Amino acid sequence: MENSSIIKIEKLVKRFPVGKTEFTALNDISVSFGAGEFAGLVGPSGSGKTTLLNIMGSLDSPSEGDVDVLGRSVSSLSHKQSAKLRNHHIGFIFQTYNLLPVYTVYENVEFALLLQKLSGSERKKAVMDSLEWVGLTDKVKSRPSMLSGGECQRVAIARSMVKRPEIVLADEPTANLDSKNSHNILQTMKNLNRELKTTFIFATHDEKVMQYLNRIIFLEDGKIVKDNLINDSKN
Amino acid sequence: MTQKTKIMLALKLAFKNLMGAGLRTWLNVSVLSFAFVIIIFYNGMIDGWNRQSRRDTQEWETGKGQFWHPEYDRYDAYTIKDAHAPMSEEIQAEVKKKNLAPVLITQATAFPQGRMQEVIIKGVDPEQTVLKLPTVTLVPSGDIDYAIIGKRMAESCKLNVGDRLLIRWRDKNGTFDAREIQIASIFKCDVPTVDKGQIYLSLDVLQKMMGMSNEVTMLVAGNGFINKDLKNWDFKDSAFLLADLDKIIQAKKAGGSIMEGLLLIIALIAIFDTQVLSIFRRQKEIGTYIALGMTRPQVVGIFTVEGGAHSILATLLGAVYGIPLFLLLGKVGISMKAAQMTDMAIAETIYPFYSLRLIIITIFLVVISATIVSYLPARKISKMKPTDALKGKLQ
Repeated sequence: MENSSIIKIEKLVKRFPVGKTEFTALNDISVSFGAGEFAGLVGPSGSGKTTLLNIMGSLDSPSEGDVDVLGRSVSSLSHKQSAKLRNHHIGFIFQTYNLLPVYTVYENVEFALLLQKLSGSERKKAVMDSLEWVGLTDKVKSRPSMLSGGECQRVAIARSMVKRPEIVLADEPTANLDSKNSHNILQTMKNLNRELKTTFIFATHDEKVMQYLNRIIFLEDGKIVKDNLINDSKN
Repeated sequence: MTQKTKIMLALKLAFKNLMGAGLRTWLNVSVLSFAFVIIIFYNGMIDGWNRQSRRDTQEWETGKGQFWHPEYDRYDAYTIKDAHAPMSEEIQAEVKKKNLAPVLITQATAFPQGRMQEVIIKGVDPEQTVLKLPTVTLVPSGDIDYAIIGKRMAESCKLNVGDRLLIRWRDKNGTFDAREIQIASIFKCDVPTVDKGQIYLSLDVLQKMMGMSNEVTMLVAGNGFINKDLKNWDFKDSAFLLADLDKIIQAKKAGGSIMEGLLLIIALIAIFDTQVLSIFRRQKEIGTYIALGMTRPQVVGIFTVEGGAHSILATLLGAVYGIPLFLLLGKVGISMKAAQMTDMAIAETIYPFYSLRLIIITIFLVVISATIVSYLPARKISKMKPTDALKGKLQ
């Protein structure tokens, strides 16, 4: 890793209660991510990809070990501090897009900015810039129900990028998309990664995604089994 | 984010989501608006009745207060015999100025159509203007003793203007006497206690019949009478004299509030149910809010405002059909003919009175209760794990 670490994970263990016993989802994970990486957590279902992504996004907390995100220890953050970290520094992209159905494209993208102290004109500029990145400036007034899956995911990307976060965490972003749309989406994210130096971390088992990654971390049964840096990535 | 921005965001989200929910929202809003309108309508009707009855009772019977002979008790007929005293010069001066209306009361027996009926005879000064009674028709003419009676009394005794009626009474010495009186006029009054079983004669005539020259049982105070301290007479203020009416009104209000409460509960249960369903169905949305940087209390706030916003829409919808309805009822009134047969002071037509206070209190009640029932299910959000919410797997 050529860049300084913005996410640093050491000896992370995550257990979930299952009845009277516990299930270990992540076991002794130590890994770091630098600024501007385009990395992926790859592995079969139940390997712990999403759990690791959620902990890095401060949506969940570790059972053991340390997770530092942008210099903040996730386990020591209050709910309010976690919310602030997510709001200002982390963008999320979900498999099912998770767009707010009653909002227009513009409003969906604007939502994250409403939680920040920005003026109306600043918000408008940021939203339009973001929609321009994903090529949806002609759909600002459409509602999610009027968009295709690919368009919905592009809105989700715009929403995650509108606040110019340092990190974007994408959980299976292409799982619901056809091949053509998947490539479009990935190309968009790759461009944003290059232009804005935003760190993208994916949880995926989609080979199409892997083609674009600079780094692939293989997970199996909650453990990192391989961490590959790829210099010759697509595009 | 400032507090104002938070509230505006919550309101904006709430209304967007409510509009997005379509029919479900409008069904809840309709039920709540119906409860809202019924509460205002019923209370407006009771208030209208209250105002009308108080005004009528004061105009026809109690005036601005009454001075009773110390022995007099309106609920005890046996006290009437001894409840009389002469009017002092001070009182006579006030009577002359029409600030006081003297009334002598006695029990008697009337024989309408050959039947026998216990009645109260009240002697009233024909020139008085304190009470609305048409006493001017009691002015004597020749040997005829004129009387006035109310419509109810006339109907129950089958008497008409010009009819003669035999009455029998005991004078101050306990001696029976009888004579015929003639009905000079029949007045229409909404206060049953002024009408039922009552015959009004000229005060002079009754005083002569009773052998009680210058004596009266009570004095009814008019608007111009200020002094409330007449020696040997007990002053009874309007609060005392209208206490029975107040009790009836309170009882009616209490009865009505049960119906209003039930209606409101139905509406609130609908909102509660919608909220529970909404929180269950919209877990991913809740998870997304949190992922986008909202705190859980903020999300709870959004859902609470959303539920509470039903009440704002209900107020607006209620205003759409309620205002024209209330204006119409305020103009044409509500027929109360059936209730006139009872002993309640009620007009043939009640004109509802909708005070600003009533409307504000009702809006406040509906908004607060809707917000509370919206908050209760929304509290569950604060216990949600965002990761579970995002997966939508909470049960």
